[in-house]
Amino acid sequence: MKITGADALLKALEQEGVEVVFGIPGGASMPIYDPLVDRSSIRHVLCRHEQGAGHAAEGYAWVTGKVGVCMATSGPGATNLVTPIADAKMDSVPIVAITGQVPTPVVGNDAFQEADITGITIPITKHNFLVKDVADVVETVREAFHIASTGRPGPVLIDLPKDVLLAETTWKWPDHVTLPGYKPTTKGNQRQVVEAVKMILKAKRPVLYVGGGVIKADAHKELHDLATAGQLPVVTTLMARGAFPDSNELCLGMPGMHGNYTAVTAMQKSDLLVALGARFDDRVTGKLAAFAPHAKVIHVDIDPAEIGKNRAVDVPIVGDCRDVIGKMAAELIARQEEAGGPPDRSAWLGQLREWRQAHPYRYDQQPDGPLKPQYCVERLRAFADDDTILISGVGQHQMYASQYWRFERPRHWVNSGGLGTMGFAVPAAMGAKVGQPDKRVVAIDGDGCFQMTAQELATSTTEHIPFVTAILNNGYLGMVRQWQELFFDERYSGVYLNPDVPDYVKLAEAYGAVGFRVDHPEEVDAVIEKAYAVEDRSVVIDFRVDPREMVFPMVPSGASNDDIILSPDQASPHADPMEAPLA
Amino acid sequence: MSTNGNDTLHTISVLVEDKPGVLTRVANLFSARGFNIDSLAVGPTEMHGLSRMTIVVDVETKTLEQVTKQLNKLVNVIKILEHDQGSAVERELMLVKVRAGGEQRQRVMEIATVFRVNIVDVTNATITLEATGKPDKLQALLSLLEDFGVVELSRTGRIALSRGDRGIKERVLKAAND
Repeated sequence: MKITGADALLKALEQEGVEVVFGIPGGASMPIYDPLVDRSSIRHVLCRHEQGAGHAAEGYAWVTGKVGVCMATSGPGATNLVTPIADAKMDSVPIVAITGQVPTPVVGNDAFQEADITGITIPITKHNFLVKDVADVVETVREAFHIASTGRPGPVLIDLPKDVLLAETTWKWPDHVTLPGYKPTTKGNQRQVVEAVKMILKAKRPVLYVGGGVIKADAHKELHDLATAGQLPVVTTLMARGAFPDSNELCLGMPGMHGNYTAVTAMQKSDLLVALGARFDDRVTGKLAAFAPHAKVIHVDIDPAEIGKNRAVDVPIVGDCRDVIGKMAAELIARQEEAGGPPDRSAWLGQLREWRQAHPYRYDQQPDGPLKPQYCVERLRAFADDDTILISGVGQHQMYASQYWRFERPRHWVNSGGLGTMGFAVPAAMGAKVGQPDKRVVAIDGDGCFQMTAQELATSTTEHIPFVTAILNNGYLGMVRQWQELFFDERYSGVYLNPDVPDYVKLAEAYGAVGFRVDHPEEVDAVIEKAYAVEDRSVVIDFRVDPREMVFPMVPSGASNDDIILSPDQASPHADPMEAPLA
Repeated sequence: MSTNGNDTLHTISVLVEDKPGVLTRVANLFSARGFNIDSLAVGPTEMHGLSRMTIVVDVETKTLEQVTKQLNKLVNVIKILEHDQGSAVERELMLVKVRAGGEQRQRVMEIATVFRVNIVDVTNATITLEATGKPDKLQALLSLLEDFGVVELSRTGRIALSRGDRGIKERVLKAAND
């Protein structure tokens, strides 16, 4: 039986287990939308901007581990997907973006709504396809999902010209994928594992440096086995919050530019870093030449190109974190049993405990003083359970969220790490809620971020996807303001937004959501309780927070992690902001 | 174009699927990651559907590993072979039009004979030479011809095959871990 390319596409999506597509239709993609009417197995969530559709697909993928799907038409629809696709590339999020394209006879003719989206997205996709023959549609979908979801996950784009969607083909689902140039190494080399374990047993000051790869690989159980059996302290990067429970005494929390003193210093003083699905990002290492100068390095990653990219490695292990960490845990346990127990780590663990007690995260919420953003995060957490999914945008509020939320489970934290995409939170929260409809979803957002993608609240209302957005509203682009205060002599330039514009309560109500405003600390608890009690609609809470509050600790860009600044009075006016660009 | 004596130059052969856009993907990767291409030559191979790129890349040794690892991540890249100095036969084709009027003509023809290169076009004012050889031979020839005045120059970029019995299919550049 003959079916159209569009039908073949939808059938192939069904075969891949796709239950939801976030998208906006347009001229070139209309052939897909017609047969969509008859397909009850695929839900289409009509977004208000393609960027929102892309981030929603990412949020869905973060919390489910499945491939998120977004769809746009040709030209501007497709180019609006560029930001979420780049975001997914940087954070290794498995998404498939489907775009309509002008008909093949006019491709290259500057036709209406034509953009060379495969050309545009080559550097920001794991791979992309322009399908010119209807006979290739199904195979391409199969390959796209395979590439997006295996190895180091990432975004894949499929560009489908309108005439290809309308042409007829015969349905055939390929038994297997033939990609001769794509064979990710998933099984770790056992000899390397043994080398690594020997090194761990010898180390005096080991640290497990856990990155997002552990969550992507669903390796949290294996990590728990390795850390607890070996009494190995764990830092969880911004991408890995929740990979290891914050409540475990071995958990040191987040390292890096705004990480806590203990996590940062443990890495600096370490004699062995065991990097697990982490990539020695500049936000973690600070000045690379001064990073963890005494540490040998074991680096486990599924992407061989990450190994040795930034830091020389003593024991490289290419493989899937779940496989490798599982093997490491088994080997470690066997060797420790032989030796009659784990090595004595009391000195190191005692040192870490001391640091933790001396240098916790600090802020000062006076009962009658200005509302502190950190306090809002702590109270939002206090009323939430461990199963609450937290989303954040990018900036000060993101750091407060990572610092002050207590993460206990993997896939319960979603943010834009690598690309640092403002406006990520609202649409990603929506996608997360679609992926985990039975869990509460809370987005902590900034007022600057919120205004970039707030229109997806309309989608939330019309599609019945309720979540809570807590805006830490300081009326500024706060992180830029912080840098201007610290490094540009308090010369504030282009950062003041005005906390009263828009009126966030009215805006929420205009979108069919519930709006609350909180000005004083004593109002916080009551409003959070009311907000969490609303289950049938989205809620926006406008927390009017102190604009002078800054994120600490802080390692200035380009500085060594040894020069961590713990509080504003320690902030050095001599730090050179031009050494590395603000990002 | 640099000569073979520069030890930051490495020749790699990249076996790729002959699909639309594959050259763009490779070129984009080089520019996006800040790798420098000294020369690049592409053509079909003995295997249907596969093309071979010979890329002379200008890198520090540390980044050569990054170049090959990043190239390996491209889905259309099948295999990469790094040619060590001396382990490969390397050739390049050059067409060069030289000023050769009057008494200069005889001297250009003598140089052509010494270098065993072909004269493929002659006018009253110029001679066009076709030269094939190792990069250092072409460089030596070119520096002699520059004295006469080079009117026009076109080079193919280097191509290379490893010495010995085996083809690229059996010679995979090892990844970091295996």
